[in-house]
Amino acid sequence: MRRSLLFIPGNNPAMLQNADVFESDAIIIDLEDAVSISEKDSARDLVRFYLKSTAENDLEIVIRINGLDSKYGLADLKAVVSDKIDTIMLPKAHAQDVKHLVEILSGLEKERGMKKKIGIIPIIELATSVLETEEIAKQARVSGLLLGAEDLTTDLGIERTKTGSEILFPRFQVIYACAANKIEAIDTPFTDTKDESGLSADCKTAAELGMNAKACIHPNQVETVNKYFSPSQKLIDWSLRVIEAQKKAEANGLGVFSLDGKMIDKPIIERAEKVLAKAAKFKIL
Amino acid sequence: MKIGIAGTLESNDVMMTVKESDTPKIVIESIVYDYFSKQIRDTIVSTLEEMNIKNVDVLCQDRGALDYAIKARLITAIERMEE
Repeated sequence: MRRSLLFIPGNNPAMLQNADVFESDAIIIDLEDAVSISEKDSARDLVRFYLKSTAENDLEIVIRINGLDSKYGLADLKAVVSDKIDTIMLPKAHAQDVKHLVEILSGLEKERGMKKKIGIIPIIELATSVLETEEIAKQARVSGLLLGAEDLTTDLGIERTKTGSEILFPRFQVIYACAANKIEAIDTPFTDTKDESGLSADCKTAAELGMNAKACIHPNQVETVNKYFSPSQKLIDWSLRVIEAQKKAEANGLGVFSLDGKMIDKPIIERAEKVLAKAAKFKIL
Repeated sequence: MKIGIAGTLESNDVMMTVKESDTPKIVIESIVYDYFSKQIRDTIVSTLEEMNIKNVDVLCQDRGALDYAIKARLITAIERMEE
């Protein structure tokens, strides 16, 4: 369960060793776009030894590798796959790429005697991937999909705007594919790190549409993202009242009951339980 | 002469320059030299031993890097030297 995932450049020791102070629910150590071609080897070595030096904690560690069609992707996996990481983020993903990644991870985990099964977050950032979203979401180990609007709008040859009307369709594709497969829909980062009101508006839109979390490209975005992707106090209070009323109804042998004049049945109760689970996870209950 | 360089002079990082040499040599320049030069040297020596590298000249320009970064940058510099 996530609200915020913060990108950290893989070749930056100062950022890596402070990764756990930024209060994001996950960090994405980036070996792809944040690292120049000439520094791929250096970043890979740095991240490998950074991971060895860290103690396990609650922070989800995600590694964005280079594409498996590049000469770096497999080397990245060999360097980082260990019990110290939780998830691999796969750029420009298609269902076939995810299947290939699952095979490689299974082999490395077995070879290394790992306890953990590494998850996968494919990035939906090509028009062909958007059309294949549901198939990608269904693949083994996939725990969420990240919409990558920058590469996607480049692929489409259109301008990326702050209002995001151009990414409405891919946002819905990701949201519905994730909801149908009970995984997390992760929204594209807001790239203007100095525009606080723009970030708030973008978070509000994404959360209202049904995104569960959002990627951040700067530590100063984490607080706002966490706020918009956490259940509000009003929603938490309502959920508590629903569960309380449900207990009373159960005691009276009622399956359906009303609260504030509105009928409460199974889907509403499930919604309240999800809200409370998320609130408990993020210690805001 | 083979030479490999890795890392940066940014804060918390280290720049390692490794050259082929007839005799082993390690020079450390660090903003925390008085406190950590022995630890840095030990990390360099143990990393070279693990890689079975003997005759190299290492220049370590440290900007407060932790052990993992010193080790990683040294390994990258050696690998680049051998490319």
